[in-house]
Amino acid sequence: MSTPSIIGQRHAPPAVSGSAASRAPRRQRGAWARRAPLLPALVFMIVVTQLPFVGTLVISFMRWNALDPSDKGFTGFDNYKEEFTDPQLRSALTTTVVLTVTVVLVSLVLGLGLALLMDRKFPGRGAVRTLLITPFLVVPVASALLWKHALYNATYGFINGSLTWIWSVFGSDNAPQPDWLSTSPKLAVEASLIWQWTPFMMLILLAGLQSRPTDVVEAARVDGAGNWDIFRYLTFPHLRRYLELAALLGTVYVVQNFDAVFTLTSGGLGTANLPYAVYSTFYEAHDYGQASAEGVIVVILSIIVATFALRSVSSLLREETH
Amino acid sequence: MAATTLDATPVTPVAGIAPRERRERRSRRLLGAGAWLCGIIFFLPFAWMVLTSFHSEQDAGTNPPKIDAPLTLHGYREFFGSGTGVSPWPPLINSLTASIVSTLLVLLLATPAAYALSIKPVRKWSDAMFFFLSTKMLPVVAGLLPVYLIAKNIGMLDNIWLLVILYTSMNLPIAVWMMRSFLSDVPGAIIEAASIDGAGLPTILARIVAPIVAPGIAATALISFIFSWNELLFARVLTGVTANTAPVFLTSFVTSQGLFLAKVCAAAVCISLPVLAAGFAAQDKLVQGLSLGAVK
Repeated sequence: MSTPSIIGQRHAPPAVSGSAASRAPRRQRGAWARRAPLLPALVFMIVVTQLPFVGTLVISFMRWNALDPSDKGFTGFDNYKEEFTDPQLRSALTTTVVLTVTVVLVSLVLGLGLALLMDRKFPGRGAVRTLLITPFLVVPVASALLWKHALYNATYGFINGSLTWIWSVFGSDNAPQPDWLSTSPKLAVEASLIWQWTPFMMLILLAGLQSRPTDVVEAARVDGAGNWDIFRYLTFPHLRRYLELAALLGTVYVVQNFDAVFTLTSGGLGTANLPYAVYSTFYEAHDYGQASAEGVIVVILSIIVATFALRSVSSLLREETH
Repeated sequence: MAATTLDATPVTPVAGIAPRERRERRSRRLLGAGAWLCGIIFFLPFAWMVLTSFHSEQDAGTNPPKIDAPLTLHGYREFFGSGTGVSPWPPLINSLTASIVSTLLVLLLATPAAYALSIKPVRKWSDAMFFFLSTKMLPVVAGLLPVYLIAKNIGMLDNIWLLVILYTSMNLPIAVWMMRSFLSDVPGAIIEAASIDGAGLPTILARIVAPIVAPGIAATALISFIFSWNELLFARVLTGVTANTAPVFLTSFVTSQGLFLAKVCAAAVCISLPVLAAGFAAQDKLVQGLSLGAVK
């Protein structure tokens, strides 16, 4: 089948093809007519996202604190040097990496397990699926508040309350009552994010599982392959691209997380990640130069991840185009 | 694959099949129960939030938790402003305005762009696609400060229309990608046939393309709405009193008035409700949107 001819038919409106215009101008006019619909979106995106980033880049080389407007000027790489030498700022960098890697990996593994469970038919599958995706649909701030106050709180949170209850069942009234947010703040933030992101991973992997050609699995089973063989040699290779996609998209979203860190710990106790650091340097410390340098570092980190993400998406895209 | 590794039963006739089937049925039932258990575990925190929102403040903050405490609408009444002095309606209306208007703008800008990209006419069309995608991967914090400074200089701080513009830029790339994948699904042969039969472009768009992509447009709108509704960072930095959105309102809710657990839970449930309803209604489309149309 020759795709180009169909495509040609599609973008040339019949009215034009019926006209007696000569070939060359028609093609030129057609090319413009075909590009024009792209322009509003392109121009809008460039103006709203790219120009501010150029601004950020410029300010990142400046000494500019809003509380001290008289001392404003270019300083070269000072803000960046500060970023890598100040232990507090450097910790934001490592926190971002640790937080993102932990959340993405754990929720990916849990999501895979859940997707495999959900891929089988069982009574009430639709209902279970709805239960499972709920965490992902709760507004992020609301879910952060839920974890902070209703679950983690040391005196009236559900977790410690349940501990009290379990201990009392065994006749003891000194159940452990740890203050989760201050004893293990990073873990607490991670747990709430894993709760939120596992459904996302599950949904993508489930879509992958269900796009798996069933006849091949059927044939393998007839040939006598066991469950593990089928997973190892058929399901897993098919899922690989979906795993990559889920991991990379998850990373892109989790790297940028602000809501959980802001709400749960306000960046305290070593949980401040880069987006939170940018927010507090800019919004609370009013150090515009430093905040911009942090913003640029987040972008560089994201570009590293995004390069892989784009490659993965483009391989899916190429397959579709071929 | 080595056939020798298999258990020996399958080939043996009738006598061997029954136990195997029984075993399979049992394992299937066990896995089903496991799935139910997982579903309940994941749902539990949310269920607890809903339950707490219907408790009185005294019953909400108990240790051990009182699961069977009497239900009351007290938290919801408090949230909707009787007695607290702060009405949730302006922030809710701000959120609705920002989400709906920016979603309309997104559709308006994304549809033609996606149309152009779906028929792949532009040389280097994939470059344009990747430009859109890359802007999504550019963290929002990267442009926050200049946006703030510009807005401050032109007097747009604490203005809901600033959020409308930013939310549009936030969702436009995803929308272009999603809509492109939906538009590529329109079979060219049908269009060809229609144009041979003498249908003009408007007819083709209205009678053939629109019905096929309508669910896709709905899904794109849904995603755009959810992301705008959920957004916190921009709203927190760029709005103050008059233009604050529901998520910002929710955060202020806790700090300014001390903690009333039932009321906070009621507020969280109310603010999550639109997204929950929309998300439950369109689970599959949600996946497709979040994976930028790469997963169908």
